[in-house]
Amino acid sequence: MSELKEELKGKIIEQLNLEDVSVADIADDDALFGDGLGLDSIDALELIVMLDKDYGIRLSDPKEGRKIFESVQVMADYIEEHRTK
Amino acid sequence: MSKGVAITGMGIISAIGNNVAENYDALINQRKGITRVDNIETIQRDEIMVGEVKFTNDELIAQLNLPPENNYSRTAMLGVIAAKEAIANSGITNIKKYKTGIISGTSVGGMDMTEKYYYEYLTDKETQKYIESHHAGDSTQKIAEQLGVEESLVTTISTACSSAANAIMLGARLIKSGKLDRVVVGGADCLSKFTINGFKTLMILSDTFNTPFDENRKGLNLGEAAAFLVLESDAVVKAENKKVLAYVKGYGNANDAFHQTASSDNGDGATLAMEKALRVADLKASEIDYINAHGTATGNNDLSEGRAILRIFGEEMPEFSSTKAYTGHTLAAAGAIEAVYSVLALQNNIIFPNLNFKTPMKEFSMIPQTELKKKELNTVLSNSLGFGGNCSTVIFSKEA
Amino acid sequence: MKKVYINSIASISPQKTYDNCNFLDEITEYNDTVIFAQDPDYKQYIPPAAARRMAKGIKMGVVASKIAMDEAGIETVDAIITGTGMGCMIDSEKFVSAIIDNNEQYLTPTSFIQSTHNTVAGQIALGMECKAYNFTYVHSAISFESALLDAKMQLENNEAEHILVGGVEELGAHTTKVHRLINHIKPEPVSISEVLHSKTEGAVFSEGTNFFVVSNEKTKSCYAELVAVETFNTLQKEKVSEAIETFLKENNLKLDDIDLVVFGNNGDVDFDGYYNKLSEGIFSKTQQVFYKHLVGENNTVSAFGVWLASKILKTQTVPEIVKINKINSSEIKTVLCYNQYRGQNHSLVLLRKC
Repeated sequence: MSELKEELKGKIIEQLNLEDVSVADIADDDALFGDGLGLDSIDALELIVMLDKDYGIRLSDPKEGRKIFESVQVMADYIEEHRTK
Repeated sequence: MSKGVAITGMGIISAIGNNVAENYDALINQRKGITRVDNIETIQRDEIMVGEVKFTNDELIAQLNLPPENNYSRTAMLGVIAAKEAIANSGITNIKKYKTGIISGTSVGGMDMTEKYYYEYLTDKETQKYIESHHAGDSTQKIAEQLGVEESLVTTISTACSSAANAIMLGARLIKSGKLDRVVVGGADCLSKFTINGFKTLMILSDTFNTPFDENRKGLNLGEAAAFLVLESDAVVKAENKKVLAYVKGYGNANDAFHQTASSDNGDGATLAMEKALRVADLKASEIDYINAHGTATGNNDLSEGRAILRIFGEEMPEFSSTKAYTGHTLAAAGAIEAVYSVLALQNNIIFPNLNFKTPMKEFSMIPQTELKKKELNTVLSNSLGFGGNCSTVIFSKEA
Repeated sequence: MKKVYINSIASISPQKTYDNCNFLDEITEYNDTVIFAQDPDYKQYIPPAAARRMAKGIKMGVVASKIAMDEAGIETVDAIITGTGMGCMIDSEKFVSAIIDNNEQYLTPTSFIQSTHNTVAGQIALGMECKAYNFTYVHSAISFESALLDAKMQLENNEAEHILVGGVEELGAHTTKVHRLINHIKPEPVSISEVLHSKTEGAVFSEGTNFFVVSNEKTKSCYAELVAVETFNTLQKEKVSEAIETFLKENNLKLDDIDLVVFGNNGDVDFDGYYNKLSEGIFSKTQQVFYKHLVGENNTVSAFGVWLASKILKTQTVPEIVKINKINSSEIKTVLCYNQYRGQNHSLVLLRKC
């Protein structure tokens, strides 16, 4: 699980081009959107593709994403439960 | 400055018809042009619906009598067809008699050929002729060439989905300022894998018929089309004893400055655009008889635009409808397509229905016009809203 | 009708032009077929959160617009109008190649969104929270001049007081590669001093941006009065002189009134004839300058010509490196810029000392 969380942090930084952020800067429970890491709706769409590509989870409604991407912890829990690869 | 600019001709090709008459016939008979995509090989075929012009590129080449070595993108071919109809409709036989310019809007440009031959260019000499037709201005240059417009002001606007509305706006200002006597304005965009997949990544494409302003709307259908209007100065209209179809009475452009792709919740940009257009037209909101809304059927657009319309019109809401359910969202061409429909509405005193509407949105009680309706129309307001927060409104009128 | 002034300028180009205190004092030598813009410190102008999705063209446009706004000393404008012939090439290429390479699967939205032609104008508006008129012209070599003309009309009619106008172009690797194949790019590297006499086809491709605040009131920082702008989709080589004379006449000027001409020569043996004919003809007795040997060729590089003319008018100095002939005007009051690309899309911009 903690491995998955580290992996996710790395992917978020790389995929979303967060140049000035390092893995250590993101706590498991930090909010990813809004006041936390400051991600927005375009980032949510990027993360939806990542879920599909890397974990075989397909979301059809972008609104679902916002709940799943609340924090790295929530994301990791969701992926553990639903992953197909 | 508030005098209208005369529209003396128009031409169109869209998913619901290859000329103005066919488009009108489809509009009043409520025949939509939304189908599966046939002319593009895409793995998204079964997941999306589109408003496609059913001619293949070869058929368009034959129709335009282009030589085999031509390098026309599909955007250029659609554009030429619509622009030629507009010129013929305006009764112009000698284009050089007056100082004539062309302003076109496009977002796709020659991307259809670029995506087809992207890697082939490197190895296949035959395909290399299309390298030069990639840039957005190329389709406009070709339209100019086909119309015989030389040594003149020919330019292209690309502001995403408001491009053609902005072309009409610039054209009207060029006529008013006396820079040109006559200007052909409009837009053209063809379907492409680029836009199909682009909008797919934004998760705003519907897998079925689009339903503007409906609570359960699932997104837009992309479309392809071209439409052009001929705008002429009062002097030309008088000298040539021209029949005027309608006038460009007002126009306004504003930026939402909110988000790169989404519109603000309150539709600030659209509100500003409508306010400006009313001011230029010197009309009160209550004097607008029909609104041809942008109404793309995405969750975001219809809510934002609806709120903006409410802010402007409040209790005095005229009939409004989106014609996107007929044609799909034709991107940069949309403002010109809907300009033609607005003029047809004025000419025939008819309001085209907002097809596929069932359930009112929960956020407000606005209900679009869902049946074909006869009504004496003197003014029509048309909205075009795009990426980059670009919001445009054009007002058309029967009288100058 | 109100007069129109260029009140501030900003340029990011293959030369170190982003600092307005300098005027081509130090020249960067190139010996290449493609040259890139020299980067200012983008971080100084764009917060990292905003910059993370921006390709070079967008960054250049946003920064140049800020430099121009700072120099003009204003916070906001009544319109933002940009020109870009090729648009956001880097993101366009990224998205097209992703579509093909991944067979339309696992595509992400960012490059698609950023590829839209009006991204730069939209980003500037977003950064400034400017809800005003926002247009982008995309017509090859006259993209910038279309923007300039639009701005001028609005200012003359007092529909606006201050307008931000600019042109921006970025190089995309694939686009460069394919343009090489059709000989639009020079076959051999050329140095700055050789460009004009290279006698080969094609140009040295480049990128860059130039922004201006144009207003209908003159401010302290004023560079020049923008007298007239005209564009032509076609113009035969034999008719350019006539078109220029007509243009000058419409502005109540004679050939003699032009103190300096700015030409868009790029060393393409097939198309420099347009300039040479003027150089040896109607302007043989006029001081002539050029700039594409320093900053290369791109669809909105003619805005650099306007930048150069503005600098010359304000400083009344002409750097040696841009001189074509040996004629020196004692006072430079009126400047004409002429540009075309591959024989199409000609433009004339007339500037006057303010």
